[in-house]
Amino acid sequence: MLTLTNVYKTFNKGTINEKKALNGLDLHLEDGDFVTIIGGNGAGKSTMLNMIAGVYPIDCGKITIEDKDAQSGVEKVINLSRMPEYKRAAYIGRVFQDPMKGTAAGMEIEENLALAYRRSKSRGLKWALTRSYRWGITKKEKELYYEKLKTLGLGLEERMTSKVGLLSGGQRQALTLLMATLEKPKLLLLDEHTAALDPKTAKTVLDLTGRIVNENHLTAMMVTHNMKDAIRLGNRLIMMHEGRIIYDVSGEEKKNLHVSDLLTKFEEVSGGEFANDRMMLS
Amino acid sequence: MGNIGALFQALPGAVSQGVLWGIMVLGVYITFKILDIADLTVDGSFALGGCVCALLVVEKGRGPVEALLMATLAGFIAGAVTGILHTLCDIPAILAGILTQIALWSINLRVMGKSNTPLLKVDTIFSKLVAVSGMPQSTVAMVTGIVIAVLLILFLYWLFGTELGCTLRATGNNEDMIRALGRNTKTAKLIALAISNALVGLSGALVCQSQKYADIGMGTGAIVIGLAAIVIGDVLFGWVRSFGSKLMAAVVGSVVYFVIRAIVLWLGMDANDMKLISAIIVALALCIPVFINKWRNYHSYSEEGPTC
Repeated sequence: MLTLTNVYKTFNKGTINEKKALNGLDLHLEDGDFVTIIGGNGAGKSTMLNMIAGVYPIDCGKITIEDKDAQSGVEKVINLSRMPEYKRAAYIGRVFQDPMKGTAAGMEIEENLALAYRRSKSRGLKWALTRSYRWGITKKEKELYYEKLKTLGLGLEERMTSKVGLLSGGQRQALTLLMATLEKPKLLLLDEHTAALDPKTAKTVLDLTGRIVNENHLTAMMVTHNMKDAIRLGNRLIMMHEGRIIYDVSGEEKKNLHVSDLLTKFEEVSGGEFANDRMMLS
Repeated sequence: MGNIGALFQALPGAVSQGVLWGIMVLGVYITFKILDIADLTVDGSFALGGCVCALLVVEKGRGPVEALLMATLAGFIAGAVTGILHTLCDIPAILAGILTQIALWSINLRVMGKSNTPLLKVDTIFSKLVAVSGMPQSTVAMVTGIVIAVLLILFLYWLFGTELGCTLRATGNNEDMIRALGRNTKTAKLIALAISNALVGLSGALVCQSQKYADIGMGTGAIVIGLAAIVIGDVLFGWVRSFGSKLMAAVVGSVVYFVIRAIVLWLGMDANDMKLISAIIVALALCIPVFINKWRNYHSYSEEGPTC
């Protein structure tokens, strides 16, 4: 489905602040994979997601995604490596860490949903001048939004013409999640999307995430700092360190993981590094 | 201070001026309110509209309506230049606007070939309509201005309800989000800047035809007038919610601004002080809500808990 081949990214190249964020990253996702990603700060988790989404260009390597052609139904490989961010959005849905980032505060809930509903729709002048939103969202669309909002269980379906700025962080994050999946994406990227929420809301949003991903059979990648969540959710877990994947586990083996296993793994990595440092000094 | 009769005599002219400048305010509204950018191109593109209009009507002998259209096109291009500097070259919006504005100063001089052009002996849309209707110039200017403004408001109301328009609104709201939803924010900004300055150029040409001269300095401070009008409109009509009414409020704000200006002049103040007064109006209108809020917060504090 998604393939990253030998991806490198260095920030501030050639300066004293040089930071190798991705260091020859290889990753392959199968259709329907729900991957949780853990790793220390600066391991390259967010960078990886940002590279896939196209926020920054990669230095070298290749990112491809497989997509069915809408007409012929033939699977084809699309090279995302140098595609601008807004074009990749046709394949990728995203939820950010910052609840403010995923929705437009000054616009109504239904307007936000309408924008999201047209994420992968065709472009062009005729499309651009088609009237929609607010004065022209069809009744059928409104019903769809109503039903979808209802599934969140937050009562937002009764407030469809409220400005999104009036919602709480948790409500906005749930809405963003709905927006990212309203038009089924090939790939869903979740970048610590519950990190800014209180524990109870975080759990609600996380459960919702699991449900939406399962119900729609989405392929998803979720960065988290919570190891329990990383084990509980998804069918595959990867651990990153210094811009590489150092641990990749799936299926039964993943189900049987414990937090202590992951911690041991972490220590192994940093311990190994410590040993290397000793060797260099001696 | 003159007598009150003189003030009443000055009012129709002030109102008509307010309406014609109101079209520029609509342009400023697009960038300042919707896109959340202070676009300083406006000073240049307003004068550009006037200069292009004067050149066509006086030197080239073209019709006044054609001159209006060409001025609109010139403004569109000026806005597009700012847009390209901002989006393609990643220059901050304010700086991109300043660059275009300063470049337009020289361009405007080149266009006219001198620093001002009178339109005394040529037909303008206003002189033609005066001849047809027999109404006084200021009434004709006001009615024409209102008709054009209403048409433009209808156009903008339509535009900002389209897919493109909503992309523009969302771009001003949250750029990251709308890019993640697959819209090209750079194109959106470029289009918005171009349309905004097209309106400004049109307004410049209309003002040029109504005052019967074009001047290289006619756009100086236009952005401040635009902001003042928007702010006045906001204060007077803060309660309106629909987009169309908000645009209307901006035009009314412009009329109120020019009426205030007429009163200030009638009070015997120097016309050159008007820029200072404009700046004070904008500054006051922007900071009064802030201070009211702070004052309220400060005074609603009570140590004993809720008093209600």
